[in-house]
Amino acid sequence: MADTLDLLWPVLIPIMTAALAACFWHNIRAQRIVSFIGLVMLFAASVKLTMTVVEHGVIAKQFGGWAPPFGISFVADPLAAALVAITGLLALAVGIFGFYDVRARHERAGFYPLFHGMITGVNGAFLTGDAFNLYVWFEVMLVTSLGLLVISRSREQLDGTIKYGVLNLFGTILFLIGLALLYGATGTLNMADLGQILPGMTLTPGLMTAAMLFLAAFAIKAGLFPLFFWLPASYHTATFAVGAIFAGLLTKVGVYATFRTFTLLFLIEGDTLRYVFTFIAAMTMITGVFGAAVQWNIRRILSFHIISQIGYMLMGLAIATPIAWAGASFYIIHHIIVKANLFLLAGAIRAAGGSDDLRKTGGLLKSHPWLAVLFLIPALSLAGLPPLSGFWAKFLVIDASLRAEYYGLAAVALVVGVLTLFSMMKIWMEAFWKASPVKPSRRRYVPVAFIIPIVMLGAVTMTIGLFAEPFVTFAREAGDVLVDPPLYIAPVFGAEAAAEAGALIAGEAIDADAIENGADNGVEEEVQ
Amino acid sequence: MRSIILVASTRIFFIAMLLVSLWILLRGHNEPGGGFIGGLMGAAAFATLAFAAGVDDARKMLRIHPAVLMGVGLVLGAVSGLPGVVLNGSYLQHQWLEMDLGLFELKLGTTLVFDIGVYFVVIGGVLSFMFRLYEEEQG
Repeated sequence: MADTLDLLWPVLIPIMTAALAACFWHNIRAQRIVSFIGLVMLFAASVKLTMTVVEHGVIAKQFGGWAPPFGISFVADPLAAALVAITGLLALAVGIFGFYDVRARHERAGFYPLFHGMITGVNGAFLTGDAFNLYVWFEVMLVTSLGLLVISRSREQLDGTIKYGVLNLFGTILFLIGLALLYGATGTLNMADLGQILPGMTLTPGLMTAAMLFLAAFAIKAGLFPLFFWLPASYHTATFAVGAIFAGLLTKVGVYATFRTFTLLFLIEGDTLRYVFTFIAAMTMITGVFGAAVQWNIRRILSFHIISQIGYMLMGLAIATPIAWAGASFYIIHHIIVKANLFLLAGAIRAAGGSDDLRKTGGLLKSHPWLAVLFLIPALSLAGLPPLSGFWAKFLVIDASLRAEYYGLAAVALVVGVLTLFSMMKIWMEAFWKASPVKPSRRRYVPVAFIIPIVMLGAVTMTIGLFAEPFVTFAREAGDVLVDPPLYIAPVFGAEAAAEAGALIAGEAIDADAIENGADNGVEEEVQ
Repeated sequence: MRSIILVASTRIFFIAMLLVSLWILLRGHNEPGGGFIGGLMGAAAFATLAFAAGVDDARKMLRIHPAVLMGVGLVLGAVSGLPGVVLNGSYLQHQWLEMDLGLFELKLGTTLVFDIGVYFVVIGGVLSFMFRLYEEEQG
């Protein structure tokens, strides 16, 4: 039997790390050590979870031993497990990057507790099988990310943080109202339980409102058209390490929540919802890529590209065929690595050239040729050139849209891909190719702590690109679970969960009718 | 401006509020109360002190940095779930220890550790911004 405790550690380890780091509030050196040990352990635990899921399929765990519809379930399907693994990898990479990038005053302001707190929120949101619990993890993520964003306490950061905070708080409130409506209509917020109940219910106006509130809330979190304005207004103000982890993870939690909600709770049936998603996906891709065209700050360009890339992921939701889901899952995983790597590279370019404004830097090809190569790996992958991971990601979603006869969407995806390439080339030409507009006063070095994570993430991108087969197979499995809700629901109400909990309550979970008939013996039999 | 009457009465109120907050914390499992409400009350005690006698006095009375208190609370909360992992294989499944002390029955559970953790987190969380706000006002 699968060890369901694997589900616990990716959340418990970062929360313990955050707590211990806070205990050593005045001892920065101890905080660094605790933080790094925590990151290594988290990475190991998240890899272990993914291996368990690959081996056993979807696994679920009830916390506190309370039976499914009442207690909080944690569920790992292939998509969630892969996202947790990537989170572990990214946290480790950014942790190494932070050895140089995180300044002493950031550390004194509580960088480590906040950072690990944010990772807790992200992992919790990926793994939870309870809609209200998802809201709680969103809050954890929001509070800690606000702290991380404003950690330098500059005017610029405060401005970005307010924009980020106001819109995201608004989104969280919408989510909470949606949850209240949903609970009023169904009496449960366990996602697996909702997945059983909701398909059989008629879509009342209340449920419809709840669905739309969820969509709006997650659209804000994910940066979907037209609710993405907070993202390019805030991400470039963060420190480089923080910017990278934000760019990699936060919006993807929104995308993941959208996927979960609209595969498990509200099924995409009928054309109206499909038109909505197709429109949003196309507009998100287009506005993102055009927004990037007029920017000169590297991280602002990249921020707009996050938005356009989110559009690709949403194509999965618009098309909603098994291949499309597989493509979207693959896309998310590819994107997290590539985008975070690009944000780290923005930091390296800044270190090498003195500025992250493309108009004020240049000539890096001559002084740092290897940095130019390292930049090209994620940049070309983002644009979707073979043999990098982005090629397979784009290939899968566009292939899916052509097969489902979404020709317009496929065309948009292709055009946006070309424009992305143009945009990446703009960064490369300006930062590396053109002569520097200012005479460099001294030779600048890129710290080793910057290079290690960039190489690490670049190597992962190359690996996914060159040996795509196992990753595509895994993405197919993830897609299959998304398409087929019973695969997600069954483990939550499975025999193991029932055996763990008290006999009577578990009996009700398996078969509510048995209790209604007052047949206690029947319940006992059900459990066995 | 310092009011002598306020400062003098606060000394008494501070102790009274802290004791009440502890009482609320301990009665929490089966009656209204618990770590969160108790913690708010405890934080209110320190806030009153900071308001009357100044933030420095309140910080001295707390002895440790509020963020450390949050950290300790989080550790307690997280650790309280571990016995369940060992004994039942289920995190946060709380374990109970019942003792008969002759006069009354004592029922101790890991939920108490969790509640004390919450109590600390709430006090630390509230005070870490409350102190800063008062400091800005006074300084």
